[in-house]
Amino acid sequence: MALLIIDTEACTGCGACVDVCPFGALEIIEGVAVVNENCTACGACISVCPVEALSLPEAEEKPVTEDLESYQGVWVWVEQFQGKAASISWEMMGQGRRLADELGTTLTACVLGEKMDRVAHEAIAYGADRVFVADDPTLRVYRTEPYARILVELVRQYKPEIFLLGASSRGRDLAGAVATLLYTGLTADCTGLEIDPETRLLLQTRPAYGGNIMATILTPNHRPQMATVRHRVFEVPEPDFERQGQIVSVPVVLSEDEIASKVVDFIVEEGEVNIADAKIIVAGGRGVGGPEGFEPLRELAQVLGGAVGASRAAVDAGWIPYAHQVGQTGRTVRPDLYIACGISGAIQHRAGMSTSRVIVAINKDPDAPIFDIATYGVVGDLFQIVPALTEQFRKKLKR
Amino acid sequence: MHAIVCIKSVPDTTEVRFDPETNTLIRDEVESIINPFDTYAIEEALRLKEAHGGKVTVLSMGPPKAEKELKEAIAMGCDEAVLLSAREFAGADTWATSYTLAQAIQKVGDYDIILCGKQAMDGDTGQVGPGIANQLGLPQLTYVFKIREIDFTERVIEVERLLEEGREVVRSRLPAVLTVVKDINQPRYPTFRGIRRARRMQIPVWAPADLEGADPRYFGLSGSPTKVVKIFTPPKREGKVEMIEGETPEEIADILSDKLIESKVI
Amino acid sequence: MDFSFTEEHEMVRKMVREFAEREIAPTIKEHDRNQTFDETLLPKMAEQGLLGICIPVKYGGAGMDYISLGIACEELERVDTSARVILSVHVALNSLALLQWGTEEQKQKYLVPQALGERIATFGLTEPNAGSDVASIQTTARRDGDSYILNGEKMWISLADVADNFLIFAYTDKSKRHRGMSAFIVEREFPGVETGTIHGKMGVRAGNTGYISLQDVRVPAENLLGQEGEGFKIAMSALDNGRYTVAWGAVGLIRACLEASVRYANERYTFGVPIGQHQLVQQMIAKMAQRLDAGQLLCLKAGWMKNQGLRNTRETSMAKWYCCDAAFESASDAVQIHGAYGYSDEYDVERYLRNSKGAVIYEGSREIHTILQAQYALGYRQDKPLRCELPAYDQEEWEAEE
Repeated sequence: MALLIIDTEACTGCGACVDVCPFGALEIIEGVAVVNENCTACGACISVCPVEALSLPEAEEKPVTEDLESYQGVWVWVEQFQGKAASISWEMMGQGRRLADELGTTLTACVLGEKMDRVAHEAIAYGADRVFVADDPTLRVYRTEPYARILVELVRQYKPEIFLLGASSRGRDLAGAVATLLYTGLTADCTGLEIDPETRLLLQTRPAYGGNIMATILTPNHRPQMATVRHRVFEVPEPDFERQGQIVSVPVVLSEDEIASKVVDFIVEEGEVNIADAKIIVAGGRGVGGPEGFEPLRELAQVLGGAVGASRAAVDAGWIPYAHQVGQTGRTVRPDLYIACGISGAIQHRAGMSTSRVIVAINKDPDAPIFDIATYGVVGDLFQIVPALTEQFRKKLKR
Repeated sequence: MHAIVCIKSVPDTTEVRFDPETNTLIRDEVESIINPFDTYAIEEALRLKEAHGGKVTVLSMGPPKAEKELKEAIAMGCDEAVLLSAREFAGADTWATSYTLAQAIQKVGDYDIILCGKQAMDGDTGQVGPGIANQLGLPQLTYVFKIREIDFTERVIEVERLLEEGREVVRSRLPAVLTVVKDINQPRYPTFRGIRRARRMQIPVWAPADLEGADPRYFGLSGSPTKVVKIFTPPKREGKVEMIEGETPEEIADILSDKLIESKVI
Repeated sequence: MDFSFTEEHEMVRKMVREFAEREIAPTIKEHDRNQTFDETLLPKMAEQGLLGICIPVKYGGAGMDYISLGIACEELERVDTSARVILSVHVALNSLALLQWGTEEQKQKYLVPQALGERIATFGLTEPNAGSDVASIQTTARRDGDSYILNGEKMWISLADVADNFLIFAYTDKSKRHRGMSAFIVEREFPGVETGTIHGKMGVRAGNTGYISLQDVRVPAENLLGQEGEGFKIAMSALDNGRYTVAWGAVGLIRACLEASVRYANERYTFGVPIGQHQLVQQMIAKMAQRLDAGQLLCLKAGWMKNQGLRNTRETSMAKWYCCDAAFESASDAVQIHGAYGYSDEYDVERYLRNSKGAVIYEGSREIHTILQAQYALGYRQDKPLRCELPAYDQEEWEAEE
């Protein structure tokens, strides 16, 4: 089943490909590389082969976007909820600006909603040269169909080379629809964006397998090059409200009658957690011992104005709802401060929080892997340390 | 009622180990499993079948050994299964995967609802669900937390979607493509009756020739707009942990709180 | 020759593993510490079909083979011995004895509800003064018209306080020694049946173990299993099935020890390296792996013979003897690898060690099996065909609805 083509004449059996293969799909047998069915055609080995013995089949008639060169400019979709722009979008604007400058091109923001004047002006302050504004009651609340259709029409008309969206629920929902309709490449949940100086292509880097490996992905023959970008990986740039930019009003594509989906309600539960946006997270794992063990963590989180997170072990044991779960099967978070209490730090958990700015680990076991990624570590009983910490912050922060 | 569930066979990440020397995935003994998020899609489809009658078809694209995961879905109670497996399908990115699955869904035909997990554990992209919806021109309802109401005669559905700020209630028409989150249900165990049925079942394997009307240029590697150019190990986190020590918990808390206030994260 | 599990066996393993991890593992430590039996477990096992796993579908079972029964035992005991014990007494010692020796009426009346899990069953052979020395049981059954009157006391009975149906062994004619023993199906509702729980066990503390007291219990004659005087043979054939499940369970316990030890050996550092790099730790882990493989092969052989309908008393005894000793040694090593942590209940290995000891004593002590194997090897002992053998597994017949 493996697609990889190995030129056995050229292969010297050096084993460079074996070392880089993330899937253990290559081995050297009798002096030449041999591929097995673990191969995913990821291409990681091709660039390391010193004798160019490896390749993937090139289709003769590979479908491509026509007229690639005519695609110019960097675009960012500005997500709004209840008329307010999401901070993730300003993070995208910061990156969009950087990429546009590197390419010597312009940055365009796409603002969709109702009464979007203020957001449109903010977009300029955050770096846009041009803002497309679709302002209509049908766009007040985000819905996939009307949003996707407008963006698709705009792309077809104005042909951007790069289109960035935040990897929020809405961003992922929208990007998936737009990329499919446009038949272009979309790289989800990127943590790195660079321009290849030679080809001017966007190098999109994203974690896979819960952050254990990183992949750099290109969209060489399709435009725009689309990416969603993970929240809180990039800084929100300083807005400059003196900046000048062009605001272009664009029409809606679908009328209300033509939209199948209606948003009928929005439920925000009492005590609903949004750990993805929290700046401070106090998280508990197996070491908290039971549902009541989260109480001291809640108190600390309250004093710090943070949220309570949990490891999968604590959630699976039923001590705390899933909404609190951090990690590969839960939420990925990147707070300024992550306090891990009684969390051993399994790789799946670390995948969801290891990019936090400051990590504090409190654990009884001095060998717990969580200490490997912590900024500060405390070996001790969380039921003593956490309340003491709460008390100290109460005093020092006067809360 | 006919529900189609799309599932993916992924390595069991709870068992995935990395070679600390080379930092590559040790795959030798890693079992493949149904992508955990997809098991919630299967469960939701089975609940719809129990409530409304009808059948559940499960679909997967992958290597021949992915038959095992389809059989597991049968053992859980799904009625039919199809495996899309061919050399031409290999190397597909999310666009080509969605295209191929959408073509297969059309061939299966006569569906009322399509269910997927919110994302795969290995790729984490969450794009195939929206991809299928837009290939088929159907409404997409992502991150579904709860099906509030579903009426296969009136062809309407009302769901709660789990978003960052809370839960959005959306009404849409059927058929639609749903991607579901973990909170939606608790997947059932396979049953012995299901296991016996799975053993007897021959799962059909479809290749490009079985997807009449599809454009083979859009399959697999050739149909994929994205291309992986490099795979590498993430850089190790800089610096070493600073251990805070003290005679009493109060002393430790005192030192630690000072350091955190100084570092301006609070 | 084929050493691979079938696709079906793999699915059974996965299902039972998930079940055990989701339904038993989260609360087992608490039940073990408090010596409480998880009352919610039996209905869940019943719903999942585990309580009739290898019973034909027409008798309310799940229609799987004897190896599936073994795999289920392995996976349950991988989490806790108490859960495997349920299958040993309910399925192997009681229900399979009904399948093997029962009349069609007895199967309809007792086996069907047991396989469905509507009635829980156990096995009453051991007494305060009769364990390995079965012939010295004191319970008697006196014929009285259309009934038997049972008197006596049974001890160390798993699920004594939980079960609805008991398979009770009693002398109908003590003068005939082995040939004077008979087996009776006794319902909890029969007047004169009383049960109680024994606390203070070293291990299997989450399991229910107790006594059954029989005082002038009137049992209808149609509840005699087999013929009068066949009790000893029924008991021994039931033990061939019970021991088989105990052996498989011990394999699961070894697996749990190996998994815990490997995890810990990779996590724990001493002298600057993970302890897995110390050769003496490696030796303990290597031995666990060896015992796991060897034990499983012995169990598989016994299971294959059961599926084929071959007499397997010798092979089952060998598997039970080896696996239970191996489990005890593995658990002891697992505690050793965990050091002081292993000695506390913060880790599961101390529970594995306490749990592993029981099986070296019950269902044929280590000594009994040693002697049995010596007798087979020396030619002092041969198994004679039974009037009723455990039926060979026939997939079509087991899966037939009628």
